Parts: sequence; C-alpha cells; structure tokens
Amino acid sequence: MVTHEQPRAENRTRVRGAMTAEEETWFDADAGPLARPYTVTGGRTRTDTIGLDLLTLVVAVTTIMEAAILPQEYARVVRLCQQPLSVAEVAAYLELPLPVVKVLLADLIEQNHVIFRSATSMAAAPDERILQAVLDGIRRL
Amino acid sequence: MASADSDRAATTVDSPVRGQLSNPGAQQGIPHYRRNLNAMTLKLLVAGGFGVGKTTMVGSVSEVPPLHTEEALTAASASVDDLTGVEKKTTTTVALDFGRITINPELILYLFGTPGQDRFWFMWDELAVGALGAVILADTRRLESCFPAVDFFERRGVPFVVGVNCFDDAYRYGTEEVRDALELDRGIPVLLCDAREKESTKQVLITLIEHVMGTKKTLTSAYRLS
Repeated sequence: MVTHEQPRAENRTRVRGAMTAEEETWFDADAGPLARPYTVTGGRTRTDTIGLDLLTLVVAVTTIMEAAILPQEYARVVRLCQQPLSVAEVAAYLELPLPVVKVLLADLIEQNHVIFRSATSMAAAPDERILQAVLDGIRRL
Repeated sequence: MASADSDRAATTVDSPVRGQLSNPGAQQGIPHYRRNLNAMTLKLLVAGGFGVGKTTMVGSVSEVPPLHTEEALTAASASVDDLTGVEKKTTTTVALDFGRITINPELILYLFGTPGQDRFWFMWDELAVGALGAVILADTRRLESCFPAVDFFERRGVPFVVGVNCFDDAYRYGTEEVRDALELDRGIPVLLCDAREKESTKQVLITLIEHVMGTKKTLTSAYRLS
C-alpha cells in the first residue's frame, strides 16, 4: 500500500537483509515491520507528546549522518524527516501506529533533533483568502 | 533516548526555540530547503459506510497513493452494565487512509478517509477538530450506513456535502430523494459522483469548499445581525 520511495526501499532492505536473495519467505515488505509496534518505544505509550497532532509538521534539524548514532527507529524518523512532513505521513511511511510515532517524535523534539510546527487550531480558522486559495488549487488539479 | 527530567528542564530553559517556532524558517542554521515548515496544513474528511469508496475518492485526487496509518482509541464500552457501577474501558485500533494535495508551498491539504467498518472513529476527536469540512460518500443501496456520519458532522458543526457514489449496479436515485432519505437541510449540497474519477471528485471538493465559504458568510452575517 505504501509506495513512498525512500521508506519503501528502506523497508525492503531491512527485510531482505536477513535472508539470501534466492530464499523464498512468507513475508515481504508488505508485511510491515517485524518488531511489535510498542517494542520500538520500549513499551512506553507516553501521554505527553507535546500536543503533536495528525497535521503537525515536523522536520529534522539533525542530518542523516549525525542521526546514525541514534537507536534505529529514531534514526529512521530523522532520515525520513529531512523535509517537512505531517505526523500522519511519518506514521504511514514508517508503517508504525500513530501513538508510537508520537512518542518517537516527542523524544526527538526534546533532544533537539526535530522541530515542529502545530497545525492550525480552530481558533485560527482559515480566512476567506486561504479558502479561495484551496478552491483555486483544487480547480487546478 | 528516554529523556531524563534534567534534559527536559534544560530544553525548556535553555532552548525554548527548539520547540514550537513562530517562524522556523527565519532561524539561523536551518538549510533553505527545509524552511517551508511554515506551511499551513488543512484537512478535509471523507466519511461514509464500509466499501463505499472513501479511499478510492482520496486516491483519485491525491498526489501520492493513499497512505495508511492507525490510531489507538480508548473509550467507555457501549455495553455497560449499570448495576455494577463499573465502566468498562475498550481500547480499539482505528485505521485511517489519507492523501495529500500540495496547494502551494505554504498550503497543504490532507484528505482523510475513515475506514467504515468500525464505529469508533466517531470518538476520534483529533480527526474532527479543525477539519475544514467533510464529504459524506453515500451508496444508495445502503443509505443508512451514512446516518452516523451525518449525525456526527451536524453535532460537531463541521460543514459537509453528500456525494452519492454511482455504482454501476445501483438504481440511480435523484439527489432530492437522497436528501429526503437522509433528512438533510435544504442548504446542504447533495451531488452525484464517481469516486474513481478525478474530475468528479474535484467537483465534489469544489462544492464542499464553496459550501464552507457560504456557511462562513452566513455565520458572519448572523453574528452581525445579533
């Protein structure tokens, strides 16, 4: 289902890396990560995720090279977030549930590896100009 | 990686800028190509019964093939035995399919489809809060499956339109028949569509945004009158 180039390729490497090229197995990249989701967060389901929302944009300020010393799942997040992505996209591309990704991101934000910008709140509902831009954008599709 | 309390305190005191930035692009040291963290993200929802074509609709206009993720929701169980006085908690996983339309570098629109086989997404506050509007996709063979979505968006005050997805083997009802069956207000747009077709989905979304703009105007003038 997930066809984003980078994580897809990465996932394939992770799975295929464990076997010889000829070997047939019952699982492939579509089976998703083989670690149980909450093992990557050490079993934590922290509630304090700095208000990260589905649409919060995140971007890494740490380079891929610098992130190499981080635990694997954190390094994956940093690699993926070299350009801004929403929290929902990070979860989808890493094939991890949202609560897990929020924990990983909150940790990375606390450690200054990632910065974020919150989604527009209801208080700042988009004005006429924004709605018109959305309308024009959809018409152009 | 687990943060010690001292780390947390240090983050708060020494580098508050690392958290939420009002204008991250202006920060020194952030490469130019990453500066569009300033982009505004907006969301539209696509709801409706199971198998009605929500993900198909999302995919027909999304710039990336539909993405998939899951959220864990905890809710009080529906079958509570009042006599015991103990409320059961149920944790359930809700799935989400979504697509993305980059309107311009400052504006990203996400389309979230709520897979319909579970009723729990109605408790997903994060999904509904801040939604610009919603499309309720209806299948005339199972109109009752969109009742919960109609109730939900009416209660939450999320503007919505109803798209009647025209399946090949379904009898073609008129939009007015669908409106009556769903007991919709006159002001709520109902239109026939084909969720597989980009142009058709575009028309549904255009109608929705125009409806949102109209609703906003009405609210503003009502406010001024009062």
